[in-house]
Amino acid sequence: MSQPFRLASGGRIERSRVLRFEFDGRHYEGHPGDTLASALLANGVRLVGRSFKLHRPRGILSAGPEEPSALVRIGDEPNCRVTRVALQDGLRAVSQHAWPSLRHDFGALADRCAGLLPAGFYYKTFMRPRALWEHVWEPALRRMAGLGRAPEGPDPSRYDHAHAHCDVLVVGGGPAGIAAAVAAGAQGARVILAETLPEFGEVADRDALAALPEVRLLSGTTVFGLYDGNYAVAVEECAAGRVRQRLWHIRAGRVVLATGAQERMLVFPGNDRPGVMLAGAVATYLARYGVAAGRRAVVFTNNDSAYRVAALLEQAQIAVAAIVDLRREPGPAARQRGHGTPFFPGHAVVATAGRHALRRVWVQRLAEDGGAVEGARIALDCDLLAVSGGWNPNLQLFAQAQGRLVYDGRRAAFVPAEAPPGIDCVGAAAGEFDETPPLPLWLVPAPGRAFVDLHNDVTADDIALAAREGMTAIEHTKRYTTLGMGTDQGRTGNLAGIGLLSQAAGRSLAATGITTFRPPVVPVGFGAIAGRARGRFSDPVRETPMHDWHEAAGAVFENVGQWRRPRYYPLAGETMDQAVRRECLAARDRAALFDASTLGKIEVSGRDAARFLDRLYINRWDDLAVGRCRYGVMCRDDGMVFDDGVGTRLGDNRFLVTTTTGNAAAVLDWFEEWLQTEWPELEVFCTSLTEEWANATLVGPRSREILAALAPGLALDRAAFPFMAMREAAVAGLPARLFRISFSGELSYEINVPAECGLALWEALIAAGRDYGLVPYGTEAMHVLRAEKGYFMVGQETDGTVTPLDLGLAVKTADFLGRRSLLRSDLARPGREQLVGLLPDDPGEVVAEGAALIADASASAPLAGHVTSSYFGPRIGRSFALGLVAGGRARHGETVWAAADGRLTPMRVAAPVFYDPQGRRRDG
Amino acid sequence: MQRFSLIALAGHALGRHRAWTPLWRKPAPRPRYAVVIVGGGGHGLATAYYLAKEHGITDVAVLDKGPIGLGNTGRNTTIVRSNYLRSDSARLYEHSLRLWEGLSAELNFNLMLSRRGVLNLAHNLADIREGRRRVNANRRHGIDAEWLDPAALARFCPILNVSDTARHPILGATLQRRGGVARHDAVAWGYARAADARGVDIVEDCEVTAIRTANGRVTGVETSRGAIAADKVAITAAGHNSVVAAMAGLRLPLQSHPLQALVSEPLKPVLDCVVMSNAVHVYVSQSDKGELVVGAGIDAFNSYAQRGSFPVIEAQSAALLELFPMFSRVRMMRSWAGIVDVSPDASPIIGKLPVEGLYLNGGWGTGGFKATPGAGHVFAHTIARDEPHPLAAPFALGRFASGALIDEHSAAAVAH
Amino acid sequence: MLLIPCPWCGRRDEAEFRYGGEAHIARPADPAARDDAAWADYLYLRDNPKGLIAERWVHSAGCRRWFNLLRDTVSHRILAVYKIGEAPPRGEFGGDP
Repeated sequence: MSQPFRLASGGRIERSRVLRFEFDGRHYEGHPGDTLASALLANGVRLVGRSFKLHRPRGILSAGPEEPSALVRIGDEPNCRVTRVALQDGLRAVSQHAWPSLRHDFGALADRCAGLLPAGFYYKTFMRPRALWEHVWEPALRRMAGLGRAPEGPDPSRYDHAHAHCDVLVVGGGPAGIAAAVAAGAQGARVILAETLPEFGEVADRDALAALPEVRLLSGTTVFGLYDGNYAVAVEECAAGRVRQRLWHIRAGRVVLATGAQERMLVFPGNDRPGVMLAGAVATYLARYGVAAGRRAVVFTNNDSAYRVAALLEQAQIAVAAIVDLRREPGPAARQRGHGTPFFPGHAVVATAGRHALRRVWVQRLAEDGGAVEGARIALDCDLLAVSGGWNPNLQLFAQAQGRLVYDGRRAAFVPAEAPPGIDCVGAAAGEFDETPPLPLWLVPAPGRAFVDLHNDVTADDIALAAREGMTAIEHTKRYTTLGMGTDQGRTGNLAGIGLLSQAAGRSLAATGITTFRPPVVPVGFGAIAGRARGRFSDPVRETPMHDWHEAAGAVFENVGQWRRPRYYPLAGETMDQAVRRECLAARDRAALFDASTLGKIEVSGRDAARFLDRLYINRWDDLAVGRCRYGVMCRDDGMVFDDGVGTRLGDNRFLVTTTTGNAAAVLDWFEEWLQTEWPELEVFCTSLTEEWANATLVGPRSREILAALAPGLALDRAAFPFMAMREAAVAGLPARLFRISFSGELSYEINVPAECGLALWEALIAAGRDYGLVPYGTEAMHVLRAEKGYFMVGQETDGTVTPLDLGLAVKTADFLGRRSLLRSDLARPGREQLVGLLPDDPGEVVAEGAALIADASASAPLAGHVTSSYFGPRIGRSFALGLVAGGRARHGETVWAAADGRLTPMRVAAPVFYDPQGRRRDG
Repeated sequence: MQRFSLIALAGHALGRHRAWTPLWRKPAPRPRYAVVIVGGGGHGLATAYYLAKEHGITDVAVLDKGPIGLGNTGRNTTIVRSNYLRSDSARLYEHSLRLWEGLSAELNFNLMLSRRGVLNLAHNLADIREGRRRVNANRRHGIDAEWLDPAALARFCPILNVSDTARHPILGATLQRRGGVARHDAVAWGYARAADARGVDIVEDCEVTAIRTANGRVTGVETSRGAIAADKVAITAAGHNSVVAAMAGLRLPLQSHPLQALVSEPLKPVLDCVVMSNAVHVYVSQSDKGELVVGAGIDAFNSYAQRGSFPVIEAQSAALLELFPMFSRVRMMRSWAGIVDVSPDASPIIGKLPVEGLYLNGGWGTGGFKATPGAGHVFAHTIARDEPHPLAAPFALGRFASGALIDEHSAAAVAH
Repeated sequence: MLLIPCPWCGRRDEAEFRYGGEAHIARPADPAARDDAAWADYLYLRDNPKGLIAERWVHSAGCRRWFNLLRDTVSHRILAVYKIGEAPPRGEFGGDP
């Protein structure tokens, strides 16, 4: 018979439609509006999972996120809480953490050995021998632990992020929340009301809310974090379509927490069997889903709320075999019970039976002081035990926002004390329970294992053990026993754990306190948190205006930060080495073209521009003539090289400085920081021009001829356009700035045009250069060419610990950022690592970059430096390298050894320049 | 001290574990000690242990303002490794790693050290250079280090996304096979129990409120549980070192920041090594309980609040999925934060302070957990002999004046 | 996430800003006159207070201007915002700037 436990009527489900689903290979039916939990219960499925440590058979305890045991795998997704999964047609769920099957789990062996597995057992053993721990015990422990298996396939879903602002964020769509939203909305406030369930309130409520235009309803949305400044994050389950979940970021003026209260379990022997459920959940399954969680129920409570559940059960014609109340004198609510219902005040459930499904409980009288049970054990047959241990206001978000909680002995719960500014608690979340106080008996004093935390199998004995071993601080007990550290965050058992610890430690519960609440309130998928920041969107891709040309030309690219830069342009069949060799030789012998657009460009202008730059660089700027260029190096105030580039004086009060590609933004930030915070008296303006200008660098002995064809109006002879000068002219009809700067050591023109003209310029140069054998070259060849000249690269020869003096640069005498630091004793000492050239004894062997350098070949030789750049130089016809060597400048001619990959390679220390040391070719 | 072993466990099981005794005593503080250690985290407790064990100094109190081990020791991502770049750091962290390797046996407490390998990924040519440099330097110091190309990397960590269509493709990695993880709480409890057994007083819920000095020499501390006289006071209160040092009128080159971390829901074993990336900034491992343990960079602002901002969590989740797209449907279960005291060179400050009898072991920033045994060991020596242990000497406070900083920002692998 | 009151743009998410550390650390006018220890003080020593801190922020994703905040490093509450070059306000702080 289909759905034997579905009531004939009732529940907010769509009975006219039938959904088919599977669990562990068996086929079942349910309805839209069901959760997987309600549908399983409707079909009489009791055994749903196995517990974390002891692999005990477990069923469904609850109807919400507090579910500790009923976690299944759906499709490829592990650890799905059946109470939070909306039933879909075709859903296929399987049990997890059990082998070979849910009913017959090999892991149940752990339950038999439970005595050997108390809290913290793993700290007390497996110490020796270490190999046995590493190769046998730890792998075994890991396999026994964990819950579901990670997904194997890619996630087909997409996740969105949304941002909103509001005056009032109301969390929780129960009566208190709806009232708060309506009240605020009626005053014209912009309100967002977030509720976990897919629908909320009665029709009248929904109408009232719909009538308020500034009230936005987010159903199926759980607020899981509340951060500084009332910044809330929430996850919305999206009904249909490609977006599975939406992550909301909500900045609220005020937050109203109408988060309700959470029912607790009672701690008694055998309290974890399938069929033991929270009383409130039993009522929820009846009212919301039209599902009877059993046919014959016993109700076990310490407070008034369970009597309503008993009444609902009777109305649904489910037999209530007994009501057991820990209190000798239950409140007026007890009068609600049915006339014939067996009633046991001052009694407790002391044992249960039924391995895969509850079938019986035993009840005994509680002694006056609650310290023992006495009298006869009364057996009661039942398949459902509805338990209520009291209610905790849901204060996770309140506590995340630094709200202070205080233990209310009368209500036996932590309630809000001081609210932080801008946050209010209303309804049950504020501790407003309208009832006779519950009896806070934290453990039924009967023999047998009683579970405090069902998720992690933490028993009352474990708490006692923790206290016995001195873990009397609640945070120590939590970590030692793992109380509350499961995916359910211990919602149904934490307070009992705190209560038991307090008793064992001889301390009040208020003094013991509670562990810190942290986001997320419910587990949230990493996919939802990452949203669209995946793949290409995880980091912007920056391309130069010539990018498409490079791609079409078959360039192999490298990532330099966010930039895509051509590394080399292989012809058909060429290896990287062959391509780089060809590109270098073209640059040295004929002509070559390089896209240098990514370099940072900053215009520095104003009355004090030169004075400002002088304060930052190791070199002077004030004496640079208009239209001339100068190489500059900048340090941080600790004396370490920060960045370098060529500056050009465009006018008396105007400079254009360049930076390395990677530091463009950092240098602009640096400039602005010093101007605004330290030297506001200077009149200087900085403008980023990095993306305004494209840069095609034309290099080689034939470059002048190529340029002459494209810039007929520009005098290009050496006198008219010398090295380190700038000219403005039309090139290929495009407005251009030309800089005679050379990073390659050849005659070289850096031609800058407005970015939108970059591609046209490039293509014109390629065409004009064809007859001269012009080829494009990439960053790899660029590296080789500059290294042959001994030009260091920031971030390669420097790593934040290298000074200009280490690099052999001269610094001016006037003060600049970093100058004073260079005089510190360690920065002035002679043994510092200094930039040198290195020539391997074998001219055909290229030593690996990053090789360690040692002064002698012995095993104990201390490190003397490392190889920073290393290549084969096609024009010089041999391998060479740059490196940092201790006291290197005094060691020219000596041999050092490069240690890499287990080998030692001898190299001779030399001056760091290998090609055209006079600079004649560069001077053109 | 009750000896721990499988046999002991079985024996106690018969008695339903009723006969276990406290792991450490909780004595009231005495009026004076030879050494007072301010800070009951892993470093402070380790220091006390080595003072007792190596130097025979047992007249020691470890003071913590709350229960022990709940500061950064209880909040880190549990990574243990020694693959730092600079010679001075490498030696100190390697000293620590060698102590780790025998520590569970020595303390008779299973610290659950799992030497499963630590990968530091390279995503661009600069990363490759830096990684190879570190491998070569490590090997010169006798520290195990290898370079893996993408093919070898895919074999070592099969679930890592080594596809070249990733936004920042992985081009290789350094591997330290002896690196891995250990259970952080166990380290605090293990050292506490062993130190306590040797006579050290562990005094919890005892907040130091003042440091007493006379004639440039420390004479003791004031605490929430009364005044305590001491010949030597050793500060190792990660995150709060500036606060405590200020009590002696000293300023330090430290800034305290939040460092957030998170765990996922427990999974069956899926990640068998530690993976760290600078460029795609995240580091992750899987605990023995099955949770993925994930961390990344600090929150930029100064804070003592032990909480940070949500964008940090978003960024590390996105980074995690770039490296392991399969974790998209795995859920974050819990997040938290510690207070890290960051130094200008991402290296610790160990040694004497400018007040006689006052010592500091701090500024470990984001990397203190792996150094717990090594730091405790050298700090104990420094205190006992009133002069820095040779491995600690380069990390003296004076290096900031001389400029001999030990810059480990890259090897620290945590964005600052 | 902190809500930072930029003096020019109003209250914006922390993610739009970059942190600049402790405020009011002026570069010595005559660095040469400082010995190594005093120079290190300027470069590295900081108060790092648990409680009120005067700190600098820059609105990097907005107006790109620097300003100062007075903030509590325990509660994260921002007590005052003031411009570079101004002294931190004294006295009682109520409400949000």
